[in-house]
Amino acid sequence: MRFEGSENYVATADLTLAVNAAISLQRPLLIKGEPGTGKTLLAEEVASALGLDLLQWHIKSTTKAQQGLYEYDAVSRLRDSQLGDNRVRDISNYIVKGVLWQAFESPRPTVVLIDEIDKADIEFPNDLLRELDRMEFHVYETRQTVRATHRPIVFITSNNEKELPDAFLRRCFFHYIRFPDRDTMKQIVDVHFPGIREALLSEALEVFFGLRDIPGLKKKPSTSELIDWLRLILAEDIPPEALRAADGAEVMPPLAGALLKNEQDMHLYERLVAMARKHR
Amino acid sequence: MLIDFFLHLKDSGLPVSTREFLTLLQGLRERVCGPSIDDFYHFARLCLVKDETYYDRFDKAFAAYFGGVSETPGLETELPEEWLRAMARRHLDPEARARLEKLGWDKLMETLRERLAEQKGRHQGGSKWIGTGGSSPFGNAGYHPEGVRIGGESAGNRTAVKVWEKREYRNLDDSVELGTRNIKVALRRLRRFAREGAAEELDLDGTIAATARNAGWLDLMMRPERHNAVKVLLFLDVGGSMDDHVKVCEELFSACRSEFKHLEYFYFHNCVYESVWRDSYRRHSERLQLTDLMHKYGPDYKLIFVGDATMSPYEILHQHGSIEHMNTEPGATWLRRMLDTWPAAAWLNPEPERLWPYRKSIEIIRNITGDRMFPMTLAGLERAMRHLSKRN
Repeated sequence: MRFEGSENYVATADLTLAVNAAISLQRPLLIKGEPGTGKTLLAEEVASALGLDLLQWHIKSTTKAQQGLYEYDAVSRLRDSQLGDNRVRDISNYIVKGVLWQAFESPRPTVVLIDEIDKADIEFPNDLLRELDRMEFHVYETRQTVRATHRPIVFITSNNEKELPDAFLRRCFFHYIRFPDRDTMKQIVDVHFPGIREALLSEALEVFFGLRDIPGLKKKPSTSELIDWLRLILAEDIPPEALRAADGAEVMPPLAGALLKNEQDMHLYERLVAMARKHR
Repeated sequence: MLIDFFLHLKDSGLPVSTREFLTLLQGLRERVCGPSIDDFYHFARLCLVKDETYYDRFDKAFAAYFGGVSETPGLETELPEEWLRAMARRHLDPEARARLEKLGWDKLMETLRERLAEQKGRHQGGSKWIGTGGSSPFGNAGYHPEGVRIGGESAGNRTAVKVWEKREYRNLDDSVELGTRNIKVALRRLRRFAREGAAEELDLDGTIAATARNAGWLDLMMRPERHNAVKVLLFLDVGGSMDDHVKVCEELFSACRSEFKHLEYFYFHNCVYESVWRDSYRRHSERLQLTDLMHKYGPDYKLIFVGDATMSPYEILHQHGSIEHMNTEPGATWLRRMLDTWPAAAWLNPEPERLWPYRKSIEIIRNITGDRMFPMTLAGLERAMRHLSKRN
């Protein structure tokens, strides 16, 4: 099994190497990077490129590690016992399987995505050490041990909100997705909008990287925002000339709201544009 | 060979472990990566580096270790002028370049070329890398910390060599950038959860106990959700020498505001005396007596000072030392009183840590606070929060 990028996803050489190393050495791959650089998308694309099932586990601040394995629904069992339901005699009726259990017992290899692991409690990764390492866990309620038939390919994404524990990091491969440079960005746009006109694309990229270079922006526009913006421009059929005034002066690009999502950033940019005009 | 590489990384301050090293070897045996040094660089980074803040350090260490391995064709011939210029341009910022031009660009280039030729002579027959190192005029003059490194294949060909030579992850090293989000993450270390407020979460243990007491009839119990219950007193130095640090203080302040529910903040100038204020516009009319605050806020509050502690030592040690008014007791006394009232305390200083030994007043305050002064960088903030979260 080798991943070579896909027709919807441009993977740089180092990223492909990382994915393939994770597949062949069967280690979880931890991915960090600016928001909107396609961290979550990667797992989806790898799954579809290799023709495997994708199991997603989206982490919230309240998520517990146990929920990825299984949960014992004690409250409904209690309720059923009050109602005299017969199911109540078998505890396994009240064990709800989590994402990792599903992945472990799947007859085919799977891709597991643990999305935004940094959202959870600081101890969360530690609680998954053994499970991810040995790919097995013990179910206390039914006295059974669940062991993976095929070790799943595990992708973990993080937005750096919390530091992850060392013991956890040592068991993973780590890759930081750099913000794409101009050439890679061109490839990415080509993948999303095959027929986009060269002139429009280069003007748009000009505007986009110009925006990213403005110091003091609270949130720099990222790849996914560029894609959205291009989609809007194409939908509105805006000609490339409109992105820049005829005399080359700075103007507010149309639909800039798709790129700058913060009111203060918008004001900052408007002021800069106004200043640039005054100085001409 | 690779054991030396591993030890070299360890010596360079990278937190690498044996387990990761064994993974690297396993991967090499199973031919996960190709034979080129590019692939090896990427694979080694994948295995050994687990935090992008260390990428820069890894790049440097990797370049230092493997600097001699990669081949550079074309160095046998004379170095083209253009290429030298491009080299220097890539490594120097515009300001340094301007200064350089003044010194005489041609002369400098001449020296550089001579040095290169000389070193080439020493590595006879070698198609090896040449680093002019710290002895180059560039390095000496401090324009570029490592001196100008010469290497790489024809321009435009992106090899990994260039990637690590360029050290693209420079910005991410952890003592520079501070955004509110990063500060919030650092402040999070100070969380202490407690259950307060409305009961809206199912208390399973309580329910089971209550149901048992109820002879098996279900009795649902609820309890309040957990909230961050840490209490913080923030004393901020404003005005004077603090004007240089307004931005970073604002960021810290707004991060604190959103992170801590129980936050009380006060302002002082240079050093704390008998009174502080909450509103800088009305600082002369509405002042709060420090003794009142000491009675009002209990010892469970965490005390955080933010200030550069840069002033004349008199302002701390002597009565009537304040530059604004006639204080009957010296600032040091008030500081000690505060530290006695609120034992969990830290002083955050926006001045760079390396400047601290040169300022008398900083040393005095560090002594008074029992060396609980931390630099206002992400790393410093984390240290401070870790210190504060220890139970006293």
